Amino acid sequence: MSAPLLSIRGVKTFYGNIMALAGVDLEVREGEIVTLIGANGAGKSTLMMTICGTPPPREGQIIFDGRDITRLATHEIIRSRIAQAPEGRRIFPRMTVFENLQLGAAVTEFVHFDEDLERVFTMFPILAKRREQRGGTLSGGEQQMLSIGRALMSRPRLLLLDEPSLGLAPLLVQQIFGAIRNLNEREGLTIFLVEQNAHHALKLAHRGYVLVNGLITLQGTGRELLERPEVREAYLDGGRVPRD
Amino acid sequence: MGERGRVEYFLQQFINGIALGSIYGLVAIGYTMVYGIIGMINFAHGDVFMVGAFLALIAFLALVAIGLTAIPLALFLVLLIAMALTALYGWAVERIAYRPLRGSFRLAPLISAIGMSIVLQNYIQITQGARVKPLPPLVTGGYTLLEHDGFAVQLSNIQILIVLTTFVLMLAFSWLVAATRLGRDMRACEQDLKMASLLGVDTDRTISLTFVIGAALAAVAGIMYLLYYGVIDFFIGFVAGVKAFTAAVLGGIGSLPGAMLGGLLIGMIETLWSAYFSIEYKDVAAFSILVLVLIFLPTGILGRPDVEKV
Ligand SMILES: Nc1ncnc2c1ncn2[C@@H]1O[C@H](COP(=O)(O)OP(=O)(O)OP(=O)(O)O)[C@@H](O)[C@H]1O
Ligand SMILES: [Mg+2]
Repeated sequence: MSAPLLSIRGVKTFYGNIMALAGVDLEVREGEIVTLIGANGAGKSTLMMTICGTPPPREGQIIFDGRDITRLATHEIIRSRIAQAPEGRRIFPRMTVFENLQLGAAVTEFVHFDEDLERVFTMFPILAKRREQRGGTLSGGEQQMLSIGRALMSRPRLLLLDEPSLGLAPLLVQQIFGAIRNLNEREGLTIFLVEQNAHHALKLAHRGYVLVNGLITLQGTGRELLERPEVREAYLDGGRVPRD
Repeated sequence: MGERGRVEYFLQQFINGIALGSIYGLVAIGYTMVYGIIGMINFAHGDVFMVGAFLALIAFLALVAIGLTAIPLALFLVLLIAMALTALYGWAVERIAYRPLRGSFRLAPLISAIGMSIVLQNYIQITQGARVKPLPPLVTGGYTLLEHDGFAVQLSNIQILIVLTTFVLMLAFSWLVAATRLGRDMRACEQDLKMASLLGVDTDRTISLTFVIGAALAAVAGIMYLLYYGVIDFFIGFVAGVKAFTAAVLGGIGSLPGAMLGGLLIGMIETLWSAYFSIEYKDVAAFSILVLVLIFLPTGILGRPDVEKV
C-alpha cells in the first residue's frame, strides 16, 4: 500500500503548560474520509489546528504527502494544499461572501478562480444569491456552507472539517453530509472530519479514531467503531447533549 | 474688528485647521491600521513621523548640495526618498521591537513601543543635535480669498499642497485597502488573524507591509510639517504623535475614514482653540479631548461598538 497522505506521529501539543494532545498517532490515506470523534475538550480541534501549525506541536512529527510539515509556518502548510473549515466557521464578518471566497482561492493564485467559484455555487446555490452580502450577516447554516466553500476554493488535497454540522437543522446536516460524500466519491477528495455527531460521521467515514483526553484510544473502520460497545455508550446512545 | 472681520478671522482659522488636520490624519492612519491588525498601540509611530521629517530635511539639503535647485522636482524627489527610507524605519521597528514579542503577554509590545519611541528620539537627538533645525520657506505665496476691514483670508500655496497631497494619498490608500490583494489580506488579518493564516495569507509579511505603509504616510506628514512650520526638532514626534493618536481614537480606532475625520477635527479644534482661547494651552486641549473621548465615546465617531480585540 502506498504511503499515507497525512501521517501524524507522536504529536504532543501544549497550551502553556497544559498538554492538550498527549502523543497522537493517526494517518489519513489518499481518497479516504477519516473521522475523529471524542468528547468536548478531548483535543479534536487542537489536532486540526496542530496539523496547520497553529499552534505547532511541541513533540512529534507531521508528514503530508511525503514532506515533513511539522515546523513550517501556517501559511506554508496551507500552500502545500491543506484546507481547513475550522470550528466556529470563522467567516470574515465585514467581507462579502465573494471576498471570503476570494481569500479562499489565494493559494491557487486565482488561475482557475471562475471555475472553482462556479463549483462552489453549484454545490451551495444559496451562496450565489448572497454573493454581495457581508459574511457577518449570514445565517449559521449559510456561514457553514461558506466556510466549506471557502476551503474548497483552494483546491485542497486534504480537507479538514471541524464540526461542520454544529448547530444546524437536521435537513441542513443532511445536505452538508451529502456534499461531503459527493466531494469524496466524485472528486476523490481526501477528508479528515471532526464530529460530535458520531453516528452520522461513522456511517459516512471509511475509518475513524476516538480521541480521549488527548490520546487515541480506539480506531477502526466506521462500521467497526459503530458497533463497539464503548463507542455506543459514550458517543451514540449516551444521550449526546448538543453544544451551543 | 467688525462683524465681517470676525467671519473672516474664523474662515482663516478654518483653513489653517484643515491643513493641520490633514497632517494629523496622515499620521493617525498609521496608528489605526496597526491597531486594527495586531491590536497594539504603536507608540513609536509619532517618532517615525519625526524621523521622516528629518530624513526629508537631510534629503533636501543633499539635493541642494549637488546642485538641484528646481523646487518642484526637488520636493518630489524628497518625497520619494523620505517615504522609502522612513518605510524602512517602520519595517525595522516592527521587526526588532514587536515581532519577537508576538504571542507574549499583552503589555509587552506596548512597553517595547515606548522603548522604541525613546530610542528613536535619542538617536535623532544625538545624531542631529537637540536644537531646532530650520528650513527656509520653499513653497511661498498664495491667494487672498477675501479682504475686509483690513483682514484678509489667505489660502497659501503650502496649504493647498498639503490638502491636495493628503487627498490624493487618501484616495490611493483607500483604493489599496478596498480593491487590491494586499488590501484584502490586510482586512482579513484585521478581522481574524488566525483565519487569514489558515487561508495561506503570510500574516507576518502583511503586518510588516502595514508598518511600511503607515510609516510612508507618516513620512509624507513629516515633510508637510517641515514645509508648513519650517522648523523641526527631535521632540516633534511626541506631541504630534499624541494628537494623531487622539485623532485615531476620536474617529474610532481601527477605522480608516475615522482616522482622517479625527485628524481633521483635532486640527480644527487645536487651531480654533489657539485662535480664540489660548495658544499656550493648545496641547492641553488635545490631551483633554483624548481623556473625554476615552470616557464618553470609547469607540469613537466611526468606530464599531463590537470591539473584538479586548
Ligand atoms: N487557546 C487555548 N488556550 C488554552 N487552552 C486551550 C486552548 N484551546 C483549547 N484549549 C484546551 O485544550 C483542550 C482541548 O480543546 P479542543 O478545543 O481541542 O477540544 P475539542 O475536542 O475540539 O472540544 P469540542 O468538542 O468542545 O470542540 C481543552 O481542555 C481546552 O480547554
Ligand atoms: Mg472542537
